[in-house]
Amino acid sequence: MLQVIRAPQVFDVAVIGSGAGGGTAVKVLTDEGLHVALLEAGPMLNPAKDFKEHLLPYQVDHRGAGAHAELYFGRQQWGYFAAPNGYWEIAGEPYSVAPGDEFRWFRSRILGGRTNHYGRISLRFSDYDFQPEDGLGDPWPVTYQEMSPWYDKAEGFIGVTGTKEGLRTAPDGNFLPAIPPRVHEVLIQKACRKLNMPCIPSRMAMLTRPLHGRAACHYCGQCGRGCQTASAFSSSQAMIFPAMKTGKLTVFTGAMARELVTDAAGKVTAVSYVDKATRTEQQVRCRAVVVAASACESARLLLNSKSPRFPAGLANSSGVVGRNLTDSTGFSLSGYVPALAGLPRYNSDGIDGMHVYVPWWRYGNGANGFPRGYHIEIGGGFNMPQLGSFHGQCARHEGYGKPLKDQLREEYGAFVHFAGRGEMIPNRHTYCEIDRERVDAWGIPVLQFHFQWSENELRQARHMRETFAALIETMGGRVLGPASPGREPAGISVGGAIIHEAGTVRMGRDPKTSALNQYSQAHEVKNLFVCDAAPFVSQPDKNVTLSIVAFAWRASEYLAEEMRKGHV
Amino acid sequence: MSDEADVSRRDLLLRIAAAMGMTAVQVHSAVAQEKAAQKGPYRPQALNGHEYATLERLSGLIVPAGDRSPGAVEAGAAAFIDFLCAASDEMKTIYTGGLAWLDGEMRRRENGSSFLDAPPPAQTALLDLIAWSERAPADLAAGVQFFAWARNMVVDAYYTSPLGMKELGYLGNSAMEQFRVPQEAIDYAVKRSPLE
Repeated sequence: MLQVIRAPQVFDVAVIGSGAGGGTAVKVLTDEGLHVALLEAGPMLNPAKDFKEHLLPYQVDHRGAGAHAELYFGRQQWGYFAAPNGYWEIAGEPYSVAPGDEFRWFRSRILGGRTNHYGRISLRFSDYDFQPEDGLGDPWPVTYQEMSPWYDKAEGFIGVTGTKEGLRTAPDGNFLPAIPPRVHEVLIQKACRKLNMPCIPSRMAMLTRPLHGRAACHYCGQCGRGCQTASAFSSSQAMIFPAMKTGKLTVFTGAMARELVTDAAGKVTAVSYVDKATRTEQQVRCRAVVVAASACESARLLLNSKSPRFPAGLANSSGVVGRNLTDSTGFSLSGYVPALAGLPRYNSDGIDGMHVYVPWWRYGNGANGFPRGYHIEIGGGFNMPQLGSFHGQCARHEGYGKPLKDQLREEYGAFVHFAGRGEMIPNRHTYCEIDRERVDAWGIPVLQFHFQWSENELRQARHMRETFAALIETMGGRVLGPASPGREPAGISVGGAIIHEAGTVRMGRDPKTSALNQYSQAHEVKNLFVCDAAPFVSQPDKNVTLSIVAFAWRASEYLAEEMRKGHV
Repeated sequence: MSDEADVSRRDLLLRIAAAMGMTAVQVHSAVAQEKAAQKGPYRPQALNGHEYATLERLSGLIVPAGDRSPGAVEAGAAAFIDFLCAASDEMKTIYTGGLAWLDGEMRRRENGSSFLDAPPPAQTALLDLIAWSERAPADLAAGVQFFAWARNMVVDAYYTSPLGMKELGYLGNSAMEQFRVPQEAIDYAVKRSPLE
């Protein structure tokens, strides 16, 4: 008979997932003195070994191509030097996409999840993001005024650069000093001024000053490859490792949550999970559970937690679990800027990514031709040469010899890149559900995705193209073409590719149309909380991570208080 | 850039070690990894002697040494490519096939001479036919394909080497106390732009 192994201890809270949401829950709940079990489907992180940010390509024989030259044959999922952050495809963990639709699902399987590598762009949602003024989508059950103190806490803890600008589309926060713009960013700021667009210091979770025992940034510019000094925020280093030292946290790695177990009263009593190493079924017992497995994994776990009392899945009497899936819109364009050719060399690294960005600048302008907006992320500079860095120029110039060599030197650092990240309005054609025909390597039913952009998003992507081309031309540059020319006419990203999934376990005031209340607590199951981007009612044009931390912080303090009062 | 705020890579490693509480062994292995970059002469593992010598010559034609800097031969581009040929049969086929194609085409043109033994003007004359895809004769398409692979990978090998990074003037992935942008670089770009 199959034996289910139950740990003897009953934890106060079991947290499923160790990314931005799970990490925040772990930090706040252990700070509150609660005993917490953390389940992570991947291995433990060892930054000293796993982060390769200071390796130069030539320090590895294959220089990043992979042990079997995978990079050259398009078989490398993510750069060799990247942090061990996750994958588009995971052996043994398939998913399906409905015929005719396109969706890519990035999943992280390591302590810290995507926060080990993410872009660290940290933007507050605006008042109108919570309470839309255009009649589209649904209002959130909270206002910006209610959330502002939680953003203060989130920023104060993770550390976010920025400046006070007084813009409604980019609410000010509790900022660390900003970092100066690079040369190409100075030009872009001038071009923006000419085009009447704001271009302000970026808001990034990197420390321009020491904070809470984390060292200040040393400006190696490799944040995407992990940060050994934890100067770039990650939940693993900034939240979970310190919590482990308190003795209040027990971490279960290689633990793939299968199902939430409920009692006759409909409360969660345990998390049933597969220990990947032994392929055995195990249980962690708990008084409350925080699900933070990433928007779609969290929906999958609830949908797979069926019982006579919850036949449609746990906390899903409304039927909204899996619905209202969104990703950010994405469109990129690059340009060559002759004014930058032959630029005097300097170390342009700074913090990885942009030092300035363009928040949405046309709010309330009915003439846009599409609802809502987007922000613009900026790239360029003297980036570290890597395999493939010059393939585009080789294809454009062709030839060989001294002319090619001179051209590559002349053009080094003379390219700029613009990427738009915009709001997608939830639509009824875009959702995930359990695929009844497939299970993963542990027998857990997998997700099937349905994803369609609407004309709103396609028009937005076309607007991005026009805007980026205008910026490049204003700088005296030449447009080089979209990053995804195969996806004309709009050139919009594939759903899921921007890795901002949200909305699949939405919060709301009405239990008939939402799964969670404003504290991310299930309407139907008082000891169940969801703390990733699944609770989000909309996908504002402001990357979700900072808001995940703010909402998870608020939910965790609320949970601790409710437990103290004996309500949970 | 000679800036007192910059510190060497070794200082960076030591600083990080201090910040992370790394052991001396870990620091040592990190520094040893740095030193490993300068190894003895490379011995081909996948290509035969003739193929390897041909690839080396080809790499020198793609990124030659010049007054300012050494080229792909000095940077060991052939070694990098041979190493990947040993790691991937698919890659090895591309190079053994492509190098044999160069020899075959040269034999037809130069009285049975291999690419390597042909006089330099004959070598560049053949490359001139395959290095620009749009104007290449249709019957040389296989050579065009191979040359595009070789050009990409020789360029990769050169510019990811210490010599190539120096040629570009790459100064990054080091530690700075403070991030600063030199005013002369800003002035250079602004003056040359339409955005004074």
